[in-house]
Amino acid sequence: MSAITESVSTAGRALLSDRARVLKSMAFGDKVFALLTLSAAYLVLLVLAGIIISLIIGAWPAITTFGLDFLTTSRWAPQLEPQPILGALAPIYGTLISSFIAMLIAVPFGLGIAIFLTELCPHSIRKPIRLAIELLAGIPSIIYGMWGFFVLGPFLANYVEPGIVAVFADIPVLNSVFGGEMLSNLSLFNASLILAIMILPFITAIAVDVFSTVPPVLKEAAYGIGCTTWEVVSNVVLPFTRVGVVGGVMLALGRALGETMAVTFIIGNSFKISSSIFAPGTTISAAIASEFAESEGLHQSGLILLGLLLFVLTFFVLAAARLMLMRLEKRAGA
Amino acid sequence: MKFSTLIAAGFAMVASISAAVAEDISGAGATFPFPIYSKWADAYKKASGVGLNYQSIGSGAGRKQIQAKTVTFGATDIPQKEAYLDQYGFVQFPMVMGGIVPIVNLEGVSGSDLTLSGETLANIYLGKIKKWDDAAIAALNPKAKLPSLPIIVIRRSDGSGTTFNFTTYLSAVSGEFKSKVGAGEAVEWPVGIGAAGNAGVSANVMQTKGSIGYVEYAYATQNGLAWTDMVNSAGKRVKPSLASFKAAASKGDWANAKRFNLILANSPGEASWPMMATTFILMYAEPVSAPASNAALKYFDWAYTNGGKMAEDLDYVPMPDSVVAQVRSAWKGIASK
Repeated sequence: MSAITESVSTAGRALLSDRARVLKSMAFGDKVFALLTLSAAYLVLLVLAGIIISLIIGAWPAITTFGLDFLTTSRWAPQLEPQPILGALAPIYGTLISSFIAMLIAVPFGLGIAIFLTELCPHSIRKPIRLAIELLAGIPSIIYGMWGFFVLGPFLANYVEPGIVAVFADIPVLNSVFGGEMLSNLSLFNASLILAIMILPFITAIAVDVFSTVPPVLKEAAYGIGCTTWEVVSNVVLPFTRVGVVGGVMLALGRALGETMAVTFIIGNSFKISSSIFAPGTTISAAIASEFAESEGLHQSGLILLGLLLFVLTFFVLAAARLMLMRLEKRAGA
Repeated sequence: MKFSTLIAAGFAMVASISAAVAEDISGAGATFPFPIYSKWADAYKKASGVGLNYQSIGSGAGRKQIQAKTVTFGATDIPQKEAYLDQYGFVQFPMVMGGIVPIVNLEGVSGSDLTLSGETLANIYLGKIKKWDDAAIAALNPKAKLPSLPIIVIRRSDGSGTTFNFTTYLSAVSGEFKSKVGAGEAVEWPVGIGAAGNAGVSANVMQTKGSIGYVEYAYATQNGLAWTDMVNSAGKRVKPSLASFKAAASKGDWANAKRFNLILANSPGEASWPMMATTFILMYAEPVSAPASNAALKYFDWAYTNGGKMAEDLDYVPMPDSVVAQVRSAWKGIASK
């Protein structure tokens, strides 16, 4: 009897120790996996910090030389003797304005297309249109740049912009915003329009995805009580998907702020702040792209400082968008 | 440490790999002489079996490459001053010359239909002359039908040797341009649209009605662009041509130029074209690799002896024999072992 219990308990103990061993090895595996994922996550932070630090080191000579004047000066004279004068006001202005105009065009169009695709579009043509929009997102920016340079720019300058200029010629303020003293193929507005076309697919693709997450029962209920399509979209679909839509818009804005090649091709690369959106300008990334290779010393440091500014600018814009989103959510919750 | 060092190190890796494969002569720099360098290299490869690996990346970038010792020679359109040459231990010599021409895009205007003076050109680039039918332009071109179009000024957005030579000329003829803009590779332009490279400027002028730009002569002829004649320092109207470039080049006082530091702007003489550029080679007096340095000198020697006709075919002006003799004696300063 006792022998039997003995053997049973031995077996039990063996079983127990096996179990512990297995559990232990599993725990080890878990730990390794957790460590791996943790280090991957930290690596991202490390790279981010590394980029910021190297930008600051590269920009340091310009920071100490120009200080805060860098932000308020609109002159860009990299080879002035005895000391260059560099100011970021013109590229910052160009970056913000071109992104703003691009968003002004792309957001209504992008959301409109998304609403059409999810609410109104016949099933048979939905797929081809979605595919076309996704293809639009896949076109490399240099192609947009070339198209803007050879096709869109001349078309706008010769056929569209003279008309706009004529319409606003007698209205104060607007006649300087749409001033046509020097219409050319390359301008802030042309770059903005190209940017709008480039970011449109981002907004549409994300909006379509989030619109399709709206539970059909909600929409059906709304239609059931006699809502029109417009009322369903504005009172059910948009409020339900607000967060996702703003997320897509933010992503698009991030791309617009940093877009380089297409903009460099068609913005005109002029460090001047002009009241007219039909005048050439520059953006931070365009300035860096066109001048970095041939720059030295303080000039190069100034360009790196511009890069740092773009980094900060993008961060603040995205942070502001997040904040707005949080407020929206809070209000919706209350 | 510094970005430029990092980039240079990256290029160095690429350069060392390609050098190991082909034993080519390696050089980097100005885009202005690239067409003739590649033509010479082609012919030289047939004659000697040695190829040339020339990176056409711009004068400033070329200087950075040779400073980082990643190439055997650097090419620059801007003559370097003695202090700079001594700092790095460089030997500098001129390789070939060429003309810079204003190009225009106006309906009904083709090559040599218009004439500009230095003063007028400077005022256009200062933004003081805004329309094509301005009195100053009309006075120079009484027969031309000038439209009342705004002048769209096109200039380089990148640092450029062509810009350096162009602005040196404008500064020489206009005191206002000198004080407001000055001469340099990347100046603070009061007006205009920036385009990258000689090719970018010609493409922009081709695309934009009422525009004016400045490029190396070959870019104007190859792209079929309309250029303007110029009034030179003797007050005579001259056409851009090999003959007028040669006339301007012959006025260069190379014998008295210290380390070949000479800018050919606004040359005297009735037949001289006013806007010229000379492209220079920079090499180490104490080369990193003597065989590579010798191979490069052999190529340049061959180019001076046999390359004149090829240069003229592309409207570049070869260096006069007296200057070549001067260059060959300067080469004695480069250690061959």
